[in-house]
Amino acid sequence: MMAMKLVRPLVLAGALLTGAGVGLIAQAQQTETSQVVKAFQLTDDRGRVVVIDKAPQRVVTLLPSLGEIVCELKACELLVGVDRYSNWPDRVKSLPKLGGLDDTQLEALVKLKPDLVLLARSSRVTQRLESMGIKVVALEPQSQEDMHRVIQLIAGALHLPNAKERAETLWQSIQQKLDAAALRVPAQAKGVRIYFEAGSGYFAAGEASYIGETLKRLGLVNVVTANMGAFPQVNPEFVVKANPQIIFMGERAANDLPSRPGWQRIEAIQQQRICSFPPAQSDIIVRSGPRIPEAAELMVACLKRLYPA
Amino acid sequence: MNARKVSSAFQLAWQLALLLLLLVAVGCMVGSDGWAWAQWRTDTDLILDIRLPRTLGACLAGALLGLAGALAQGLFRNPLADPYLLGSASGASLGVAIGMVLLSQLDMSPWFVRVGITGMAFMGAWLAVALSLVLSWGVQHTLRLLLAGVVVGVVLGAIASLLLVMFPQIQGSVQSFMLGSTAYVSWPACGLMLAVLALSWAASVAASPLLDGLALGESTALSLGLPVKSLRWVLLGLLALCTAAAVAQTGLIAFVGLAAPHLVRARYKGIHGKTLSLSCLMGAVLLGGADLLARGLMAPLELPVGVLTAILGGGYMLYLMRGMSSGSSAGRGGRL
Repeated sequence: MMAMKLVRPLVLAGALLTGAGVGLIAQAQQTETSQVVKAFQLTDDRGRVVVIDKAPQRVVTLLPSLGEIVCELKACELLVGVDRYSNWPDRVKSLPKLGGLDDTQLEALVKLKPDLVLLARSSRVTQRLESMGIKVVALEPQSQEDMHRVIQLIAGALHLPNAKERAETLWQSIQQKLDAAALRVPAQAKGVRIYFEAGSGYFAAGEASYIGETLKRLGLVNVVTANMGAFPQVNPEFVVKANPQIIFMGERAANDLPSRPGWQRIEAIQQQRICSFPPAQSDIIVRSGPRIPEAAELMVACLKRLYPA
Repeated sequence: MNARKVSSAFQLAWQLALLLLLLVAVGCMVGSDGWAWAQWRTDTDLILDIRLPRTLGACLAGALLGLAGALAQGLFRNPLADPYLLGSASGASLGVAIGMVLLSQLDMSPWFVRVGITGMAFMGAWLAVALSLVLSWGVQHTLRLLLAGVVVGVVLGAIASLLLVMFPQIQGSVQSFMLGSTAYVSWPACGLMLAVLALSWAASVAASPLLDGLALGESTALSLGLPVKSLRWVLLGLLALCTAAAVAQTGLIAFVGLAAPHLVRARYKGIHGKTLSLSCLMGAVLLGGADLLARGLMAPLELPVGVLTAILGGGYMLYLMRGMSSGSSAGRGGRL
């Protein structure tokens, strides 16, 4: 059930199984005009060209990772409403909650009079909002490289002062923190075979997912290789054969790990090398947002527990 | 209880119409914070942009389902028939599932953006019915048609489930579609449903003598000189059209199509021409009322409207059944 909890935010991150980082490359071009009003034009993840001609003052985000990016760009005060799963940073908790992607409360959202709504491609309200003249931008970070693009687009769309530099600063700090986390990985843990279970029903976070990218950066070897897809559903037997040395998963799913038929043979289970995360930490780990370094830190902390120097 | 009054069609019609008007009026006053009588002046934009289209949309979708249900029950001479009988529900779900998968893949072709989820649901529902008709080699055999519908429903449903397992990120969207929602109905959608309703209502009332004939048995209908085969095609086409139009805009709303004709027949027994029209009104009242409760009961939270239609319609049907079993069943006949 814990694992279900893990899946839902994943779903919301909208980034499952989509083949990380392929496809549409939205380009942002800033039209060169005067310094006062620069219209910002972008192609969003639906392939729509959206022109944002003045700085948005009231922004709604319907995906936790998008809200986190807005806040990390130090524009948190622009947010007037978020989806029900957003819970970070603290400021977001006090904002009106507008439901999820499939059951967004349309009227409550419109009442907030937003001038920009950031959401996922699969959102149901997109067309209704556009028909009411509200600017809608669909963005879904699919991989870490893709997040670089999304951060830049959001910074531009919000007309933040020094948008490019601000986005670049955020991106660089994410990269530096990831590198720093990688340096703290115990030497014995480098090159270890791991299996990351992202959801119940043997949904794995493969090497191609953003979670997999973090794991790879920490020097771990994912048994679910990139050619298997980002979040494939694997055969339990496959995991037994691959014999991972560490298993990452949600706390509650970890409870019945020993009772899975045949899994006692797996090295990670024999040697009790399990990294399980409580729900609060799962939120951090499964969102493809700017808190990826924190996710990496959580993984490193567990590795340190498993391989004390 | 069993002495329930049988009213004239006209009486029932204006009662339902009055109720409908009341529902639409109240529907404009129930906002995201619950009942909002006082703020109607300040909320004009919200009422025009959101509340009115969704209220009207719910009523129109309900009317379409009511009509489709009455058509299905008449055509198949089966009180358990509902609009989704020929696999349209599974077809629509499959369409939506495919749509969501395409939407979640990065490279979307421009045609898909234009068709959208509504278009996929519409096409899915239509294709399922067409498939059922093909597999049953035409419309002559009611039983074969029903069985083909069941098979198509099961197979398409299985494929949709397979997609759900393979692409878990679409689960939420497809599930909320299956529960039905009237929250996102827009003005163009209302216009579309109104056009379909007007067309189907007129055509089905015109073709309704067939249903009256069929009620007496297939051979009687033939001996009455009715063009049974061609009228069947027409009515089946209308059934599919109504269902697909409603499903595409509001998802799989449970029970309205099944319950509306029964609720009508509990009050009025007569020729199909009138039953069909009354079922439209009854369906509109049912779904309009459910929509109202869906957003009013737990505002600002919204309940899935399909859950409410099932509870409301189911509850009332049970009440009717109680009256039936304790009293004379002669007048009600096997067709209730």
